[in-house]
Amino acid sequence: MKKLKNCCGIILILFLIVSLSGCATPAVNALKSDASQVKLRSMQTRAFDTTDKKKMMQTVISTMQDLDFVIDKADYTLGSVTGSKFLGQAVVTMSITVRPRGEKQLLVRANAQYGVKSVEDPATYQDFFTALEKAIFLTAQQVD
Amino acid sequence: MRRFTESFFAIFLCLGIVGCASVPTGFLKPSSDYLANRQLQMRQYDTTDQEKIMSSVASVLQDLGFTLDASETQVGFVAASKRADATNKGQMFLAGLADALNALGGHPSNSMAACDASQAIKASVITKPSLDSKKIVVRVTFQRIVWNMANQINRVETLKDPAMYQKFYDSLSKAIFLEAQSI
Repeated sequence: MKKLKNCCGIILILFLIVSLSGCATPAVNALKSDASQVKLRSMQTRAFDTTDKKKMMQTVISTMQDLDFVIDKADYTLGSVTGSKFLGQAVVTMSITVRPRGEKQLLVRANAQYGVKSVEDPATYQDFFTALEKAIFLTAQQVD
Repeated sequence: MRRFTESFFAIFLCLGIVGCASVPTGFLKPSSDYLANRQLQMRQYDTTDQEKIMSSVASVLQDLGFTLDASETQVGFVAASKRADATNKGQMFLAGLADALNALGGHPSNSMAACDASQAIKASVITKPSLDSKKIVVRVTFQRIVWNMANQINRVETLKDPAMYQKFYDSLSKAIFLEAQSI
C-alpha cells in the first residue's frame, strides 16, 4: 500500500513537470519575438547593388532550391517567395521578400521558422546570404 | 535515500525529454551534394519562349495527376500537389504477421495502424532564362508527406528518385515537342 502511494506521488510530480514545462505558447504570444525588432531586422536583411527584381527573385528561388527547399508560393508584385523543407521530422519554412531600396539597391529580407519556433540565430541567416551572394555574383551589404 | 535519488533522477530525465527542443544551426548551408541535386532536378530547353515552357509544365503536371496550387508567371513559378495511395503490400504483410504473432503470444498489438496509408506529393517548378539568356532552365522539386492507417503523419521527405524526375522531363519534352508541332 505504501509502495502504491509512493508511486502515485511520483506520477503526480512527473505529471506536474510535464504540464508545467511543455512548450506552451498562449495566443498572446502571436506577435511576440524573443530578439529585439532592430536586431532581428539587421540579421535578416541585406542590401544588394542591383535593381533587377525579377533576376533577384529567381536567384533567391534557385538558392532556396539548392538548400533543399520546395517553393510553396511566389508573388512578383510583393517580391515574396515562400518555401519549406523537411529536417528530420521538423518542417522549416522560410519566406523572403525582395523590395527596392532607394534608386540603386534591392533589399532582401529572409525569415525562417523551425517547427513552431522562429529562427533568431545570426549565423543561420548569414549562411543563407552567403549562398545567395555566390549565386548572384554580388556582395550582400549589411544594413542598419 | 535510494528512493529519493531514483525519483530525482526520473524527474531530471523528464525535464530533459520534455524541455523545448532547440533550433539547430547550419541548416541554411548548401549540403555537399547540391550540385548532384541540380543535375537531377534541372534541365535546359533550347528556346527563349518562357511562356510556352510554363504552359507545357502546367499541362504536364495535370497529365501526371497533379492539381495546380499556386503560380506566378512573372518569375516562372508553378506549384502543384496530389494525394495518392501509399500502401505497401510487403509492409502490411509484415505488420499483419507481427500482429498475429503478438496476438498468439497473448500481447495484442496494432502494428497495422503504423503502416503507410496515403501520401500527399508536392511539386514545385521554376523556369528561368539560363545565364547567357539563350535557353530556358527548368527545375522541379518533389516533396511528400506520408500518413499511416491511424491518420498520423508517418514521415516527411524530399524525393530524390531519379526515375521520377526522368519521367517528368520525358513528359515535358514530349509536351513541348507536340506543341511545337501543333497537331
